[in-house]
Amino acid sequence: MVTGQASLKRNGVQDYVTTRATALIMTAFSLFMGWYFIATPDITYAIWNNLFSGLAMKVFTFVTLVSIMFHIRIGMWQVLTDYVKAPGLRAFIQFVINLTAFVYVVVGLFVLWGV
Amino acid sequence: MQLNLSVYRYNPDVDDAPRMQDYQLEVAEGQDMMVLDALIALKEKDPTLSFRRSCREGVCGSDGVNMNGKNGLACITPISALKGSKIVVRPLPGLPVVRDLVTDMTQFYTQYEKIKPFLINDDKQPPSREFLQSPEEREKLDGLYECILCACCSSSCPSFWWNPDKFIGPAGLLHAYRFLADSRDTATDERLNGLDDAFSVFRCHGIMNCVSVCPKGLNPTKAIGHIKSMLLKRAV
Repeated sequence: MVTGQASLKRNGVQDYVTTRATALIMTAFSLFMGWYFIATPDITYAIWNNLFSGLAMKVFTFVTLVSIMFHIRIGMWQVLTDYVKAPGLRAFIQFVINLTAFVYVVVGLFVLWGV
Repeated sequence: MQLNLSVYRYNPDVDDAPRMQDYQLEVAEGQDMMVLDALIALKEKDPTLSFRRSCREGVCGSDGVNMNGKNGLACITPISALKGSKIVVRPLPGLPVVRDLVTDMTQFYTQYEKIKPFLINDDKQPPSREFLQSPEEREKLDGLYECILCACCSSSCPSFWWNPDKFIGPAGLLHAYRFLADSRDTATDERLNGLDDAFSVFRCHGIMNCVSVCPKGLNPTKAIGHIKSMLLKRAV
């Protein structure tokens, strides 16, 4: 999986499975957060801090961030190969998008580490 | 009763750019007709108008056009089924225009050829008379073999518009599954190898435009889903 994700050549089956698996994780995280906001009447800093202090929540959040990165990598490659036909421009946009997604993961990791 | 039509006109030998030309056709009050009949009547008035047609009964698939924004066969689409005060007829979208409503279908046929649309059987001793199938085996081909290759589906598919050189398209994939599902075909692995990449099958995102426009009522999305399942089962 790691080798496949790191390579430039895309694999249809692997991309198909990865986008669906990551979509499930992102949906679960979104539903959980939605439920949390509805079920918690007053969200103070202490409550918010307490939510992310547990190891399970840290892992869940980090896994979701990594899922977003993989989902973006595959999804945006598909969108860009549809609409941007110039290879140089497409490679540049992909680089910026993938880098941004990776930065989100790194920043998220440090934020979670500090809670 | 007056029938208002707007038809896409483009003759690359003469025109700098395509244009829409308005036509009026007098028909008896309450009379219904197929869009192809209207086009034939227009051609009698204006012989420069070009379109393809052959069987005029929805079997040959020659007269696939875009009518009021939806692909279909002109010969089996009644005027009464089209909404609006004007009938707008354009060539199938996404395909290069040869002239007026006539499109160049080379890309479509190239993709069709890729899936090897013929029975492959490597049995050393083929049966002397015929390949027998059980009724259950034969039933698996229903909804697949009826495709007439009119290209209404592939030319309504955005994935085919953007990648006509790499994505097989709904018509080609429907035929691919027709042979994958055939009990007499022995080239399943070879066929799946040819489809196992990021574009050929997996560029289908299941938006089902193909199902919506198919004049034969077929379901290419379902067939593509079966191919995806076969590729997945092979990979896991």
